[in-house]
Amino acid sequence: MMDFSQIVPALPALADGMVLTLKLLAMSVAGGVVLGTLLALARLSSLPLLSGLAKFYVNYFRSIPLLLVISWFYLVVPLIYTWLTGSFEPVGAFTSCLVAFVMFEAAYFSEIVRAGIQSIPKGQVNAGYALGMRYDQVMRLIVLPQAFRKMTPLLLQQSIILFQDTSLVYAVGLLDFLNAARSKGDIVGLPHEFLIFAGAVYFVISMGATQLVKRLQKRFAV
Amino acid sequence: MNYHWDWGVFFKSTGIGHEIYLDWFITGLGWTIAVALVAWVIALILGSLLGVMRTLPNKALSGFASGYVALFRNVPLLVQLFLWYFLVPDFLPESLQTWFKQDLKPSTSAYISVVVCLGLFTAARVCEQVRTGIEALPKGQSNAAYAMGFTLPQVYRHVLLPQAFRIIIPPMTSEFLNVFKNSSVASLIGLMELLAQTKQTAEFSANLFEAFTMATLIYFVLNMSLMKLMGWVENRVSVPGLIGSNGK
Repeated sequence: MMDFSQIVPALPALADGMVLTLKLLAMSVAGGVVLGTLLALARLSSLPLLSGLAKFYVNYFRSIPLLLVISWFYLVVPLIYTWLTGSFEPVGAFTSCLVAFVMFEAAYFSEIVRAGIQSIPKGQVNAGYALGMRYDQVMRLIVLPQAFRKMTPLLLQQSIILFQDTSLVYAVGLLDFLNAARSKGDIVGLPHEFLIFAGAVYFVISMGATQLVKRLQKRFAV
Repeated sequence: MNYHWDWGVFFKSTGIGHEIYLDWFITGLGWTIAVALVAWVIALILGSLLGVMRTLPNKALSGFASGYVALFRNVPLLVQLFLWYFLVPDFLPESLQTWFKQDLKPSTSAYISVVVCLGLFTAARVCEQVRTGIEALPKGQSNAAYAMGFTLPQVYRHVLLPQAFRIIIPPMTSEFLNVFKNSSVASLIGLMELLAQTKQTAEFSANLFEAFTMATLIYFVLNMSLMKLMGWVENRVSVPGLIGSNGK
């Protein structure tokens, strides 16, 4: 029979795992959106070299598995860090995972941002230039604020997917929520109960967040 | 950086039998394709069934399908894989359990788990695409069919599905590519697919840049060729008269 009573004493450890998961998520989304926006601007640039590079970046990261990026960066980031700084300070799995997530998710975020920018009527841009604004002013003051308002639901939806994908850091042994549940379950000798509990928590959070995004989408409609 | 570059590493002996590292990558690619294709067949059949169910007037059937989608889309793939690999076998009848845990080779039991997991996981996504495809068709299509005396199964078989499946090819292509990418989670339960072979090569040869570059290249080429293939299929079967149908 299933015995879920042992989960209660393990809750502090599981909460620590959840904190790591959410920290990784928040930092990855922030970094991913910033890098993704820059990529989208580069992609829409009139310079062929810049837009070509951005296109290659996006296609590259979209055609390889996230798990490959995580495993690779786990080995490579410390090497590059040593190479750049000359110091042998250990970089740690968290930093490598964060770099992997930011670079990987930026490719997906950039496609959302690009679609958002492209949905703004051309007249808005022209009006900005007619008023004597520079490119950065038009983008910062006119296009991006409107575009972000339109794409917030999509960005949040992608963040929910990322929330689930953070569980892949299991591959490099980072103690996120799933890994905390796995290791606690093994110690207590109840791996099944802890796994089901972990699945249920992911389900409730993702499902709840999805419902919130749907409601937000209705409120946010421009 | 004290890194010893050696692009010839793929032709070096692994030290195990007569294998060279390239053999490992080929075996790995074989497993990746074997996982992805079988999982895709499961996803396509089950997902289409669920997608049709979601659009049926019957509340119970459409409710079941939307429950399925909610469940399989909101639990991380890795958690689902662990459930299929570690938990489900313990709930099988005694004889099946012995067969799964002892008689099967470890690679075979891992393969079965990952194929079932990925198939059911992807089915939820396919279901949503099929539903979108059916709902995108003008209401007049099914009304006209009913007016001509078609029964419900006939409406689906002759009018709705032949069109819906053709217009959802682009989103289905990205789901198809996702199956290949997602199959890399199999490396976490010990199946020696492409990613697992790459990690092993990186560890054995210490040429991790070359190993991961090779894996990236294989995934990249695989993706591009599948995309080209699906583009060709899309062109072949496009619905005449629609904007996206290349002037046919």
